[in-house]
Amino acid sequence: METERRTLFKIMAAGAAAAVTAQPAKAREVHTAPADAVGLLYDATRCIGCKACMVACKQVNNLATDPASRGGLYDDPIMLSAYCKTVIKAEFKEDANAYVKSQCMHCVDPACVGACMIGALKKREHGIVTWDGDRCIGCRYCAVVCPFDVPKFQWASAFPKLVKCELCSPLVAKGELPACAKVCPREATVFGKYTDLIKDAHARIKSSPDRYYPKVYGEHDGGGTQVLYLSKAEVSFQDLGLPALGEEPVPKVEQQVQEGIYRGFIAPLSLYAGMSVVLWRRRKASKAGQEEKS
Amino acid sequence: MNEFEDGAIGRSPGARRDRRKANQSLDRRDFLKVITMAAASLGLPAAAAAQMAEEAKKGLKPSVIWLHFQECTGCTESLLRVSAPALAELILDLVSLDYHETLFVGAGYQAEDALKSAMAKGEGKYICVVEGSVPVADGGIYCKVAGRTAMDILKDVGSKAGAIIAIGSCASWGGVQSSDPNPTGAKGIPEVLKMQGINKPVVTLPGCPANAYNFLGVALQYATFGKLPSLDSLGRPMFAYGRLVHSVCPRRAHFNEGRFALQFGDEGHRSGYCLYKLGCKGPVTHASCSVQHFDDVVGAWPIGIGHPCVGCTEKSQAFTVPMFTTADIPNPQPSWLFPPVNPDRAPVSPMATGIGGLVGGALLGAGLVASRKIAAAAKTKQDDKEEGNGD
Repeated sequence: METERRTLFKIMAAGAAAAVTAQPAKAREVHTAPADAVGLLYDATRCIGCKACMVACKQVNNLATDPASRGGLYDDPIMLSAYCKTVIKAEFKEDANAYVKSQCMHCVDPACVGACMIGALKKREHGIVTWDGDRCIGCRYCAVVCPFDVPKFQWASAFPKLVKCELCSPLVAKGELPACAKVCPREATVFGKYTDLIKDAHARIKSSPDRYYPKVYGEHDGGGTQVLYLSKAEVSFQDLGLPALGEEPVPKVEQQVQEGIYRGFIAPLSLYAGMSVVLWRRRKASKAGQEEKS
Repeated sequence: MNEFEDGAIGRSPGARRDRRKANQSLDRRDFLKVITMAAASLGLPAAAAAQMAEEAKKGLKPSVIWLHFQECTGCTESLLRVSAPALAELILDLVSLDYHETLFVGAGYQAEDALKSAMAKGEGKYICVVEGSVPVADGGIYCKVAGRTAMDILKDVGSKAGAIIAIGSCASWGGVQSSDPNPTGAKGIPEVLKMQGINKPVVTLPGCPANAYNFLGVALQYATFGKLPSLDSLGRPMFAYGRLVHSVCPRRAHFNEGRFALQFGDEGHRSGYCLYKLGCKGPVTHASCSVQHFDDVVGAWPIGIGHPCVGCTEKSQAFTVPMFTTADIPNPQPSWLFPPVNPDRAPVSPMATGIGGLVGGALLGAGLVASRKIAAAAKTKQDDKEEGNGD
């Protein structure tokens, strides 16, 4: 990994140079999905909970059986894990039942990419967020920062990897469909160009407004996600476990906080100054006390 | 079987067949029915069935030499009990069964002559069907026919055959007599042929007994098209052994939804629940029984009558793993239960956490203060004592 090493040094050198020159903080640029962005559209009104996507995902990604599953008889993940990249959950309400598929949302402006200090997680071809094992240092900040609780760490492995849906990127590169979209018997999960999916989602809501909740989750939520959701009219997205994020990208807040602290180096300098004053005064006091004794 | 009565003894098998033809014991409808069924079990189209029927009608019936070694004759019995009309006779009309020790009328030297003439007549073309395993211990003396060991007979008949079919689990890998301690050194046909240096494709049709339609399908495909069906790594035809019993089991829904029979005769067993917990080997057994029942009787297969699959087509299961031991599931699939979006966990409010923390902290502080006070009190007591001693 000679080139990787070199790039790493380059990044470090650039970072050091940036710190020395201390450029004034710029306004955060607005991220948009790349022109060739692809994604999934999950329609909760169509899903029948057959779990074919879960099985196909396991097979395509060679994921082992979760050792915690019941007696080795079933593979029943209750949430995303190092053994599971997609899971169908159910919301049973009194008047409306709904299934929901969880996997990586492939955000337009991902929090994990913002938190990754070394560029292991990045938006690569077609805007798919993929993980580069040669770069990862295992800090797991991505797992903490993700608002959808997606990146999972292989805690049980001596050489752990980060496990998350990568939208079957090797298959997509070959022009094939991601496994979950390919096997879905009711086209509840469809794969396509991001712009087409948004158009399709709005067309579905428009054609049957009684059927759908009048919103496409992921069009603007959290700065936009390349995996879009449609829900039943009587089931809100929060009922499906999708957080209300607002329209601002998630990493915007974290970066504003970080940049705010170090703006003009005022906060660190004043902290140092305050601590110096305290130290100086205490030292002075103790000197005076010693002189009195002697 | 009237044909076998009076005067039939001593005649050649060919003559017996001619007699049956004259009797017209098999009508055209039954004939087509069986051929279509055999073709369908292979997954061949209806046109292929028609072609098979043509070939069989023309009298270009494949010559079959059927050898019996160490076995129970169950495969033959199963073949004879196919319940489509008069199928036992149909078999004799579809294939030219030139040597079969169980069905033979002739005996002794006559039988041996029939074997010799059939081998000479169809050398390189006839189908050699072997039922039963071959003992190889002590020079193969544990199984002899007409003074020859099974090893010798197999070498002789097998080397001149066009195709070799090992029917049943015994012939496929050794079956029940090959399980420990295996005193006769029983081995399956593919293994023995390899030992003898005969490199011919062997179609294995494991099963205890093997399903008759799988045999018919293979034999007729070879007779009509001159080639064998595609085989898996163990020589089993993919059309019949390409799927797991578990994958196409009529009780699979019960498995997925977690409904199991726990004991023979319990409520679950009587309700037709999944038999996995009673030791069903379906999840590791490749066979077609779940879709092609035995002898064409609907429901005539182990799981159909309420008994767990014993894995008779798998060397790794049958006669090695105890019958009621549960099988490993190589690829566990999701069950029909769903995790909730919002898990129902006992909620702990931030207020409760805060109060808990305060109480804990207060106790810790009180303990610290109390220990200091006790230590101080003990010290003053000791000091008083010392003062008293001094006086």
